[in-house]
Amino acid sequence: MITNKISLLVGGEAGAGITRSGFLFAKTCLRGGLYVFGANDYQSLIRGGHNFYTVRADREMVYSQADTVDLLLALNKETILFHKDELVSGAGVIYDGDQISITDEELGRGDIKLYPVPLRSIVKELEGPQIMENTVALGAAIALLDYELELLDSVLRDTFSPKTAEQNMEAAKQGYDYTREHYGNSFGYRLKKTVSAGKKRIFLTGNEAIGLGAINAGCKLYAAYPMTPATSILHFLAPLDRQHKMVVIQTENEIAAVNMVAGASYAGVRSMTATSGGGFCLMSEGLGMTGMTETSPVIVLVQRPGPSTGLPTYTAQGDLRFAIHASQGEFPRVVIAPGNVEESFCMTIEAFNLAEKFQIPALIISDKYLAESHGTAEPFDQSRIGIDRGKLITETEYTGEGEYKRHKFTEDGISPRAIPGTKGAIVRTNADEHNELGYTTEDPVLTTKMTDKRFKKLDALNKELENYETVKFYGPAKADATIIGWGSTKGPIREAMKILGKEGITVNYLQIVYLHPFPADKVQRILQSAKKTIVVENNKTSMLSSLIRERLLTTVDHKILKYDGRPFNPEALSQSIKEVL
Amino acid sequence: MVTLDDLKTPKTNTWCPGCGNFGILMAFKKALIELGIEREEAVLVSGIGCHGKMVNYVNINGFHGIHGRVLPLAQGIKLANPELKVVGFAGDADQYNEGWGHFAHAARTNIDMTLIVHDNMVLGLTTGQATSTSQQGFKSKSTPFGVIPPMLNPVAHALVSDGTFVARGFSGDMFHLKNLIVEAIKHRGFAFIDVFQPCVTFNYLNTYDWFRQRVYKLEDEGHDVTDRKKALEKALEWGDRIPIGIFYNKERPTYYDNLPHLKDAPLTKVPTENVDVTSTLNEMM
Repeated sequence: MITNKISLLVGGEAGAGITRSGFLFAKTCLRGGLYVFGANDYQSLIRGGHNFYTVRADREMVYSQADTVDLLLALNKETILFHKDELVSGAGVIYDGDQISITDEELGRGDIKLYPVPLRSIVKELEGPQIMENTVALGAAIALLDYELELLDSVLRDTFSPKTAEQNMEAAKQGYDYTREHYGNSFGYRLKKTVSAGKKRIFLTGNEAIGLGAINAGCKLYAAYPMTPATSILHFLAPLDRQHKMVVIQTENEIAAVNMVAGASYAGVRSMTATSGGGFCLMSEGLGMTGMTETSPVIVLVQRPGPSTGLPTYTAQGDLRFAIHASQGEFPRVVIAPGNVEESFCMTIEAFNLAEKFQIPALIISDKYLAESHGTAEPFDQSRIGIDRGKLITETEYTGEGEYKRHKFTEDGISPRAIPGTKGAIVRTNADEHNELGYTTEDPVLTTKMTDKRFKKLDALNKELENYETVKFYGPAKADATIIGWGSTKGPIREAMKILGKEGITVNYLQIVYLHPFPADKVQRILQSAKKTIVVENNKTSMLSSLIRERLLTTVDHKILKYDGRPFNPEALSQSIKEVL
Repeated sequence: MVTLDDLKTPKTNTWCPGCGNFGILMAFKKALIELGIEREEAVLVSGIGCHGKMVNYVNINGFHGIHGRVLPLAQGIKLANPELKVVGFAGDADQYNEGWGHFAHAARTNIDMTLIVHDNMVLGLTTGQATSTSQQGFKSKSTPFGVIPPMLNPVAHALVSDGTFVARGFSGDMFHLKNLIVEAIKHRGFAFIDVFQPCVTFNYLNTYDWFRQRVYKLEDEGHDVTDRKKALEKALEWGDRIPIGIFYNKERPTYYDNLPHLKDAPLTKVPTENVDVTSTLNEMM
């Protein structure tokens, strides 16, 4: 009997409430005191197709989904056929036996426990909508796992209106009772409330964490155009704008969004936009304008596979170079890649601080896997990072020496920043090259000086970043190999380390969090003592390897690359690592 | 009170002698003075083109942005701080070609700002190509055999996009234009003025004389500015007689009016510090 360690997959057609069901089960586990990771997989369509959501719950911290499935909730037959090879020996399958017939022959194996439950007739009896079948299946899963129905009920109560919750609780109970009665304790997996039950952990997506970080950082204007997988930031922030006195606006396109946040930043308001690769293409010109005008919006780039439309609802890390180099000309920027939900929260706040302090655009680069997967975290510490608005002049009147100059030359390149409306200050900026007052210039000396001024800020930024956790290091100092990665590969890498550790193979892991400016010294120091280096990335050309080569003149020993739109699975990744060791 | 002297800048003007932009520049300055708007209260946003240099010639807050993006940039500024008077200046290619995608949306979104388009029906700064308001048959460097499609009608488009203030001026009639700008800035909502602005170097067709022979003032003919259908009828007039003046002026709630949570303070005055997200965190447990 395996207790408090489960990988569950719920699958079915789009529109059948797959993600919601998976989420409800995940929350049920969370409230029972387990750590949970939830990942969705869906296609770019509204009805039909095949969607699934995997939930992995454990009494220890889980960083990613698992390779295999212990319990399958199949809302159609395709789900069974699609995932049969992922099932572990002794895995269970809950499905509607009245609607679906499945044979060992079709499964191609005889080691699976089939648990037919009359989902549809239970729902019919309750006169509920068909979508409630998945709640019946959830009740059945709770019964098979010998878990507490009350945990699911509490989640249902917090998710639905009282009437709908009531109906769903009844559906879950019917599924639970039927399964108890027919299958008793026949399943080899069990969930039990742990001592952590009632401990208040949070369960959220990377995008939600970025949204929370933005609110906490005092972002007051969010402008965006919907694009998967960035859209859920817009969905998250829109209903919260009144509570936090923000403007959340859906613009006509991404070009409008980036210009709007630039305008808001100029006017003195912290502002943010988010998009995916295609939208970021449209934002490139505006990004350069923020560099030139020294305005400081935060831009979130949530990657999906490209080029062009690519796989709109899947994951990739193919835009790293694009984020670092987008837009014509040369200007300083910061590019930050969080690797989990907690980092998504914290680094969004850091992005706002750095953007304003150095008067540069700050880019957060994430991807679909991080953005839309749910992870467990302790409630975020909201006061740890604090707000730093740099040289912002907050007085209502400018009292500095002489005429106010928005682009004044200073030692560190950063000019005191008045906002329009400040008495005694005319705030002028310019996408054309300009003088200190913001007037257009084509003078060669001034052009050089202004360019140098902007790049002095990069020196200052580099200095500031020495005190930031620009890289993170996990595992023992001495190891058989050093894994190097950035962004969302963090989860699968940390899981793979656990797997390898159990087999006596020690690897450590360097996560590069700040990709630009590149933390060359810190990376160098770690790589110097690495026995063997392995870059793990969700792209074809290993952009991180090229970046390391460019910055450190070092060639990494091995690259493990995946570019099929899917995240790494920990078992498979650990196998790949073993192969190159 | 702000004076013409206060609005002067140290920059040497580089528009061609006789450029229609001079009339717009002076009309705008006079409008600011007439309205008693302090230099710190107003923001001038401009795009790319000859008009874009406005930011160099008026000593008020300014943001010289990129080609075609005056509207979202200005909207961002206004949303951040509705206490500012935001006036966007664009060119015809800037707004009606590169930035056309923003135009209808600005009209319907109705963020309180003014857009003044320097419409010389040609691309000036890139030395003479056709724009979407160049007349059919207009020969230019890019259209040596004449412009093929008919010209775009921005005034009509503003009207059908639910613009709340739609006007047309002529830079050859500076006082009339000044009055239009005064009314546009006073208007609560998105105010749009298309300004005939002869390009003395690249538009040999639509000259001062050409316009003078054709333009007439709507107000002289008793036009009812609250009648949208009539306004559209007038907007479609083109040929020997071309109307200028206010086509339509009828306020409706602005975008900001629909944000009740911001009634007390603009975004710039909402504290950035100590924003508490605990209630949302609690929902995630």
